[in-house]
Amino acid sequence: MLKGTYRVKTGFAEMFKGGVIMDVTTPEQAQIAEEAGAVAVMALERVPADIRAQGGVARMADPKKIKEIMNAVSIPVMAKCRIGHIAEARILEALGVDFIDESEVLTPADPFHHIDKWQFKVPFVCGCRDLGEACRRLAEGAAMLRTKGEAGTGNVVEAVRHMRILNDQIRRLKEMSRAELVTYAKEIGAPVEILEMIQELGRLPVVNFAAGGVATPADAALMRMLGADGVFVGSGIFKSENPEKRAKAIVLACTYYDDPELLAKVSEDLGEAMPGIEIEKIPEHALMQYR
Amino acid sequence: MKIGVLAVQGAVREHILCLHRLGVEAVPVLRPADLAGLQGIILPGGESTAQWRLLSRAGLAEPLAEAIKGGLPVFGTCAGLILLAKRITNWPERYFGVLDVAVERNATGRQVDSFEATVAVDGLGEVPAVFIRAPAIREMGPGVEVLGRYAGEPVLVRQGAILGATFHPELTEDLRLHEFFLNLCRKG
Repeated sequence: MLKGTYRVKTGFAEMFKGGVIMDVTTPEQAQIAEEAGAVAVMALERVPADIRAQGGVARMADPKKIKEIMNAVSIPVMAKCRIGHIAEARILEALGVDFIDESEVLTPADPFHHIDKWQFKVPFVCGCRDLGEACRRLAEGAAMLRTKGEAGTGNVVEAVRHMRILNDQIRRLKEMSRAELVTYAKEIGAPVEILEMIQELGRLPVVNFAAGGVATPADAALMRMLGADGVFVGSGIFKSENPEKRAKAIVLACTYYDDPELLAKVSEDLGEAMPGIEIEKIPEHALMQYR
Repeated sequence: MKIGVLAVQGAVREHILCLHRLGVEAVPVLRPADLAGLQGIILPGGESTAQWRLLSRAGLAEPLAEAIKGGLPVFGTCAGLILLAKRITNWPERYFGVLDVAVERNATGRQVDSFEATVAVDGLGEVPAVFIRAPAIREMGPGVEVLGRYAGEPVLVRQGAILGATFHPELTEDLRLHEFFLNLCRKG
């Protein structure tokens, strides 16, 4: 019996495909997410929109809160640790959290490195804005990726930007000769072996969700149309007027993204979406995606 | 031969790849019309609660239930097995309820306890298997035959044209269980 192998980690991520992972801050919200059809929940103390508004250092959630959420639902529970915070990650692993998100939404703890994720039994998901970043996270042992977008904005433009960039880079990679690939690896800061694997597969070797700014069923459908395997919805659900109805609608839209009539139906009468922020209005130092 | 893979959510691509490697036409099933002309259907792993909510809200649960009750061969892996089970010991819902077993959801525990191993399958020998937050089969009716065991516990069962596994054969390179299911489909 082998536990914590890469196949067990990446295989688990495959089970999320086509699904929605929802940020929750209470057991009640977690149950609403489960009932709506979420494939997992992300246990947090504050959703990204509040982290952005309140400022200060954002850390791993209180273990008590995470345990309450784990006890409230039957679906997998994820939790975030700070970038490079090995101790927070060890605590989350000890709690039995099903997946750790080493997340730019929290304040980074290590200015030099991400966590060496091969050292853990629990799988990790990490954010990326482009292929180089995706490859570096894979080299560190990430079992799942998500494009970063810009969390807590309710504005999907950065999520689209990152997915477009990734798609474009993979498309170009597929055409490259070996010599070009080696130069490209240097250019984007990616290990050659991982680029070779992606070239051969014609896609990323792990599940890749979209995140950061998804607020409507149409946003979720858009990200799926662009090739995301599923979506993370952070503030978009519980910062909206009618979380239950919106959560259900986003779940349906994520699966039936190619059915405009169904999208129209589920988008109807959802109440106010979360208030959005224009990216240009955010000072550069407050953008989470560059962490 | 045309085999469907329920495609509302989960490890759909992996099952489709297995079927393609066996030279079989594989179609993702998202709508009632996709059921037409199928000789079998695979219910993949994923989250059973999410899959069922999608199935029922998209109007696919009833036509699929009718097809299975009408004899369409079906292979449920992990979440798929939960959808087929007659009873879930630790969850208040019941889904298709066509396979006479009682299953316990997430019986192997949380993800850190997920594992890979080999399973002893009657007539096939040792088959590689990946168990992910896997369910366990706690009770079985008289019409249910155990085909595979791990650590003495049933992990692969059959009742007529209904096949259920608590693990994921689709995450391995081994195609023998898919081949076994195709043989069930050929018999109709």
